[in-house]
Amino acid sequence: MSAMQLYTIVGAAIFLLALHGLLMTTDSIRRLIAVNLMGAGTFLIMIALAARISPPDPVLHALVVTGLVVAISATALALRLITSAAIAQHSQDSENKGDGDLSEDVKP
Amino acid sequence: MSGLVVIVAWIFMIAGTVFFVTGALGLLRFPDVYSRLHAVTKTDTLGLGLLTLGLALKSGSPGTALLLFVIWLLVLASGAVNCQLLARYNLELEARAADTDELNRQGGNHDV
Amino acid sequence: MTFELMPDIILSTLLLLMAWGALYAPTRHDAMALFVAFGLVVALIWARLGAPDLALAEAAIGAGLTGVLLLQAARLLPAESASTEHRPLWFRSSLLFLLVTTAMFASMILNNNSLQLAGSGISANVTADSASLPEMVAAAMGDSGVGHPVTAVLLNFRAWDTLLELLVLLLALTGVRQLYPGVNRNQQAVANTIEQTWPLLLAWARFLAPLLVLTGGYLLWRGADGAGGAFQAGAMLAAAAVILRLTGLLPGLSWSSLLLRLAVNIGALVFLSVALATLMFGDGWLVYPVQWAGALIVAIEVFATLSIAVTLSLLVVGEPEELSA
Repeated sequence: MSAMQLYTIVGAAIFLLALHGLLMTTDSIRRLIAVNLMGAGTFLIMIALAARISPPDPVLHALVVTGLVVAISATALALRLITSAAIAQHSQDSENKGDGDLSEDVKP
Repeated sequence: MSGLVVIVAWIFMIAGTVFFVTGALGLLRFPDVYSRLHAVTKTDTLGLGLLTLGLALKSGSPGTALLLFVIWLLVLASGAVNCQLLARYNLELEARAADTDELNRQGGNHDV
Repeated sequence: MTFELMPDIILSTLLLLMAWGALYAPTRHDAMALFVAFGLVVALIWARLGAPDLALAEAAIGAGLTGVLLLQAARLLPAESASTEHRPLWFRSSLLFLLVTTAMFASMILNNNSLQLAGSGISANVTADSASLPEMVAAAMGDSGVGHPVTAVLLNFRAWDTLLELLVLLLALTGVRQLYPGVNRNQQAVANTIEQTWPLLLAWARFLAPLLVLTGGYLLWRGADGAGGAFQAGAMLAAAAVILRLTGLLPGLSWSSLLLRLAVNIGALVFLSVALATLMFGDGWLVYPVQWAGALIVAIEVFATLSIAVTLSLLVVGEPEELSA
């Protein structure tokens, strides 16, 4: 077994593990982390495959560079969506609660 | 001659690794943030120093040795700063927790 | 043989443990910290696999910027509601399925002869098919205008991809801007807590930021002939900007400022005008004239670096006044 084969297998394992996490967790931040981990597994496979020849395959390296930047753009957008949704939910909840809980607010 | 240098380099590197392991043990075993920081930063500084010294000896070229030295300085400074920042953050957290405790106790007294 | 693989086996084990932790750590905060650590181990592995510039970019983007993004989002979110402690039976059974799938994949990889020699520096036994794309790149390098194959692929042979990637960045920033009205108040709260910064943090930021700018500049300059390029340099500059913004050393710009809008758009604009110019006066869309290729690529890279750096830093630490029109 060479290092490159090892990392290809590890990349696939991380992809599958992250897919498992994506399906099993309910928290949106954890799901986003899972998607990012799936991406990382894919990148790891690509970089490992690029090392099959020497010097490493430039096409795969270029694809990973592109992928990294796309991944963080998607993450930033997803996080903004998550926080916006949570804040909207929160303000809606407090509005709904506001009618009934007035008596409690008066108490010290 | 060069054989001796390599042996000395290996001794440095092994000693450095031992310090890293000790630091990791401290991180796992010590009870609170400050003693953990103490364990990690002290041993890492020394461990990394020994490791870079060993690598510099092993490389045999002054250019590489200089580069390793600069890297060591950078990591040294970053470790010291991060230790200080983490400790201070924790201190402020504790102070804030103590404040709210105090407030709660006062609130309770008023009720009684 | 096995001894040579020891560091790789240790790194792989670490990586898998951290991936597990980032998914199933008891608290969300632990999960984020482990995800950042995961990014750093990935960077180490890439450096081992002959991609040092990608390792730097991963450390800056995957660990650094994503970490800042996650931690900031966690401040705005309510505490995690559902506990992960109670796991159904099929949690374990699906893990078994995962293990079997990985084992099948592993045996497939290990039995594939064309992949066996890699990493040893000998390419004799690699089949012609698996190496044909790199050979095509190597054959065309003379006409690309640059000396580094990755840069040649990114900005010449597959320039379309890179242009579209810059547009993806713009798209993400536009999307984030659309969502701003909803988070205005809480963003303000976060900004206020950052105001009093500790002196040591300030001093450290003042020391780190120039180093990062220097590294970014070096990566951009080096990109023409060696490992490096616009994206790696942009990531470094963005990291410097994020550090300065978080410590309050860099004032927030207003989105109405023409300079900021220009900085965000100039990469895509220059790229598009080069593409249009080659379409109208040259041989076609993004087909550079050979004698001009080097200069055009450098020009595109410089402006793309600026746009990538500004867009990434806005995506990570953009304040409402910068993003809402």
